[in-house]
Amino acid sequence: MKYIDEFREKSIVKNLASQISKFSGLQINLMEVCGTHTMAIFRSGIKQLLPQNINLISGPGCPVCVTSQSDIDSMLELASIKNLIIATFGDMLKVPGTKSSLEKIRSSGSDIRAVYSPLDALEIAKENKNKEVVFLAVGFETTAPIIASVVDDARRLKIKNFSVYCCHKLIPPAMAALLATREIKIHGFLCPGHVSSIIGTKAYQFIAKEFKIPCVISGFEPTDILETILMLLKQIAKNAASVEIQYKRAVRPEGNIPAQEMLKRVFLPCDADWRGLGIIPKSGLQLNPAYDKFDARLKFQIKPSKTTEPKNCLCGQVLRGVKTPVQCKLFAKACNPENPYGPCMVSSEGTCSAWYKYNR
Amino acid sequence: MCLAIPVKVVKIKGTLAEVDMSGVKRQADIRFLENIKPGDYILLHAGFAIEKINKKEARETLKLLKDIYYD
Repeated sequence: MKYIDEFREKSIVKNLASQISKFSGLQINLMEVCGTHTMAIFRSGIKQLLPQNINLISGPGCPVCVTSQSDIDSMLELASIKNLIIATFGDMLKVPGTKSSLEKIRSSGSDIRAVYSPLDALEIAKENKNKEVVFLAVGFETTAPIIASVVDDARRLKIKNFSVYCCHKLIPPAMAALLATREIKIHGFLCPGHVSSIIGTKAYQFIAKEFKIPCVISGFEPTDILETILMLLKQIAKNAASVEIQYKRAVRPEGNIPAQEMLKRVFLPCDADWRGLGIIPKSGLQLNPAYDKFDARLKFQIKPSKTTEPKNCLCGQVLRGVKTPVQCKLFAKACNPENPYGPCMVSSEGTCSAWYKYNR
Repeated sequence: MCLAIPVKVVKIKGTLAEVDMSGVKRQADIRFLENIKPGDYILLHAGFAIEKINKKEARETLKLLKDIYYD
């Protein structure tokens, strides 16, 4: 495929790996905060190409994984309401809540549909006027403008039986929260390419300035990721900390302004509960009061429940990069893709799922 | 979940584009982008184009990777 294959060229990969090997010596921890990067790194075997002192750590970059247990339970509560259709991205189906999962509830008769786009969910609402349709809105800045557009469409088209259960989260505040814990030393961030197509470079500037951590916005192919690592190592060697773009073919410094405007129109920033990180101020998005009618929490009076995360599950620590999946007693034993205990094993982009598939 | 795939624009009708994804025809909502033409490549995520691929930057990145980083 064009714009993919050429960025997988073996000779370039080899050369970049040899450039990176010149930075042997000090222990360097680089974190990726995007599940798509996690999968790309494992699939392409990039970790094996790096010298031992350069350690890639996966952070809270999988939207399904960082969704709190309380939100998962609320989604299950919604799914058991009669005459209600749940539309969701497929990754949510198997995530275990305290008592069940969407997949299990579906097998006992609830109408739960996996969709490719929230536009499909709106179509379902148009076709089922006698039922309520709720879209489970999970995702970062890449996905949120799309949900915003669909909610805006629903208001314009006066579709009354459509609403969203909003769990959108923002990446830069989570990066800062992670640094503030001081649990782990991070020397540089591989910033998410497609989140940045929307938000541009500005939102990361405070990470570089206040925390003095280099940030490089990266593409997803092997040469992109290796070039990003090299750019980070060069900054670290110079004791510099700035925000650079490696993925220039898809990210402009200013980001995508119409998409940002759509976000501002439909959403307001709010405090959000992250699995593993807890409540982070201004790290989520909620519907602006003008769109109240499309808020499933209000429409169906869903109250957050007090929940605990699954016993012995280390997803929270894995999401903070403090533990690796193999340090979890459940990993690849009681917890596996067929019978997942925590969301990091469920989502195709979860760190445990990546380790299970590529690193055992 | 932030996966986005480069697809080629075939036809445009208002804010919708017909795109070619490795031989499969799909629809993309292009309301976030301006001046999209057939032949452009866009990044498709959950039914929406989130950005247009900048062909010049793509060429330059490749050139840089091929030339400058070599010893």
